Amino acid sequence: MKYQRDPKRIRDALGKKVQFLLGDMACVYGGMLAGCSFFAGYPITPASEVAEGAARLFPRIGATYIQMEDEIGSIAALIGAAWGGAKSMTATSGPGFSLMMENYGYAVMTETPCVIVNVQRTGPSTGQPTLGAQGDMMQCRWGTHGDIEALALAPSTVQECLDFTIEAFNLSEKYRNPACVMTDGEVGHLRERIIIPEEQDLEIIDRVPAIIDKKKFIPFMNSQTIKNCKIPDFPTFGTGYHTYVTGLTHNEKGFPATDKQPDHERLVKRITEKITNDASKLVMVEKLNLDDADIAFVTYGATARPAESAMEIGRKNRYKVGVLRLKLVWPFPEKEIVKLAKQVDKIIVPEMNLGQIVHPVREYAGGNCEVISAPKIGGEMHHPAEIYKYLEGK
Amino acid sequence: MEQITTADELNKKYLRDGMWPTIFCNGCGHGVVLEYTLWALEELGWDMDKTVFASGIGCSSRLPGYINADGLHTTHGRAIAFATGIKAADPDLNIIIFTGDGDCAGIGGNHFIHAARRNIDMTVIMINNFIYGMTGGQLAPTAPLGSIATTAPYGNIENPFDICNLACALGANYVARWCVTHPYQPIKSIKEGLQKKGFSLLEFLAPCPTAYGRRNKLGDIKKHWEWYDNNTILIEDYKKIMQYGTEEEKKELKHKFQIGVFQDLQKPGFFELYGNLVNRLQIKENEPKEGKK
Repeated sequence: MKYQRDPKRIRDALGKKVQFLLGDMACVYGGMLAGCSFFAGYPITPASEVAEGAARLFPRIGATYIQMEDEIGSIAALIGAAWGGAKSMTATSGPGFSLMMENYGYAVMTETPCVIVNVQRTGPSTGQPTLGAQGDMMQCRWGTHGDIEALALAPSTVQECLDFTIEAFNLSEKYRNPACVMTDGEVGHLRERIIIPEEQDLEIIDRVPAIIDKKKFIPFMNSQTIKNCKIPDFPTFGTGYHTYVTGLTHNEKGFPATDKQPDHERLVKRITEKITNDASKLVMVEKLNLDDADIAFVTYGATARPAESAMEIGRKNRYKVGVLRLKLVWPFPEKEIVKLAKQVDKIIVPEMNLGQIVHPVREYAGGNCEVISAPKIGGEMHHPAEIYKYLEGK
Repeated sequence: MEQITTADELNKKYLRDGMWPTIFCNGCGHGVVLEYTLWALEELGWDMDKTVFASGIGCSSRLPGYINADGLHTTHGRAIAFATGIKAADPDLNIIIFTGDGDCAGIGGNHFIHAARRNIDMTVIMINNFIYGMTGGQLAPTAPLGSIATTAPYGNIENPFDICNLACALGANYVARWCVTHPYQPIKSIKEGLQKKGFSLLEFLAPCPTAYGRRNKLGDIKKHWEWYDNNTILIEDYKKIMQYGTEEEKKELKHKFQIGVFQDLQKPGFFELYGNLVNRLQIKENEPKEGKK
């Protein structure tokens, strides 16, 4: 029988409203609340607790958990499940994320919603499996071959692991594009107090289903039910639409059209523009003490925590410093950076990598202010003092 | 509904308009396997709204595109993993996978063995032509010893992969190998595989005159097709000869492919077992808990 989201059953399985919870586990909770009914994964540190949580809770709500043979199979199964009508998710870390890249692109090309939680650890390669990093931020944007737009959120707290997983499902369903929760080993393995949102406070978005006459339905073009919308209606398998889905360049009917330039351009422009055209709506940032700031930390994920502490120390020492925290990293909040660069003299970008998000920051700052990378690698978070010293110009 | 008696009627009912001509070369065996599958579906009377075809990359993987049904043309080797998700999301759907020797036994081997081991509810139709045809004739994992490919110009030195043997060892519910040159047994066998719970594998030996036959000097299309008749033997006959035959007869069998049904079991499929698990947990939760009033 097909899964039906049952709020009571989900809440019975989740338990108390206020909990002291692991970040990885909060991603499972978020998925369940969002209506996810299919989890496929493969064990990997520091993301295994997400799979373990799904293995324990998913069968209790009638959802499916399956441990696949590898991460390639995991994301493949997610995409299949999505076409079968499910909301689907997986969780992995760097090495698994690398393995997923081909089918991540397939999900983009076939406009398949699915959610990937990446509990980032250090790399390259096997790196430091138990330790956190933010080294996959660019991979998530550019790791698959070809032109794509990415949807990626970066939680800084356990509560945000839950909230952002729901948000990732909403974005993924709305835009019919895979969405990533780019958490890390620090937040993933952190325990904090969380509050499970009430049913009436949840915003749950579902893909727009194909409902029009089967003979008139065209599966890969602008919506036929919503005006001026580049996101096609979703013809779930088994509903009689007889849709052909391929990763080859396809025409609007979904059939291979691989030898003509305009076909490819039209398709790839539509599947990227459906996101870029909404860029102004797709901004999720937190601003702290920016009103009078002449120095700003631009930060995200775990690193936002020491960055905020560094800001507090800075304020005590009379630095006019603020924080711009990116909750949604991709699509990149270009206009926010353009505006900020015109206001401040200096932007400092602390990251647990050798400098990734600093690059788009520098691009959109456009020379209007100094942009400084504040990297730290090796599986340790920045100490606030290490970020603070950048205020002193050291 | 009127009874379908000719291939034309069959094609009209099951194939999409506007997809002709196919990508297949003259003498190719893929269209024949498609036809056998359609006959099996017709005889079973399955609802094509509830039948989904999945495939990977390669000539065989283009087959779902011709069928008027939902089709997922996925990445190279991964169709089985994709299809696992489809079946999980909607257990009412029938899943048929078209794949090739490179797609299934080569790059997709890992997904194949685990789906067979889990007894995932699907029918895998692997068309084995001993070659990577779409990319122009590179060495396949099923290629016989000594055979020539663009990437084995001096003859293959690797042991060929017996995918049926593998599937049997993994406990797949239904395992059969057939040859495109014999129509009747394969159609019957596809029907059996489709109706089977759990994992079923049908391997089809099929000629690829363009990329394999030409290089391996198997002659023209007619001769190439005859090669299959001369180089296959029914499992039952094989066993008889191995038991009662002369040394010479036994020696002659060495290079022949056995065809027929290798395994036919009745184990429950993965999703039946998973459904039982869900029910078990639900009954437990509905039980009155001790100490609570």
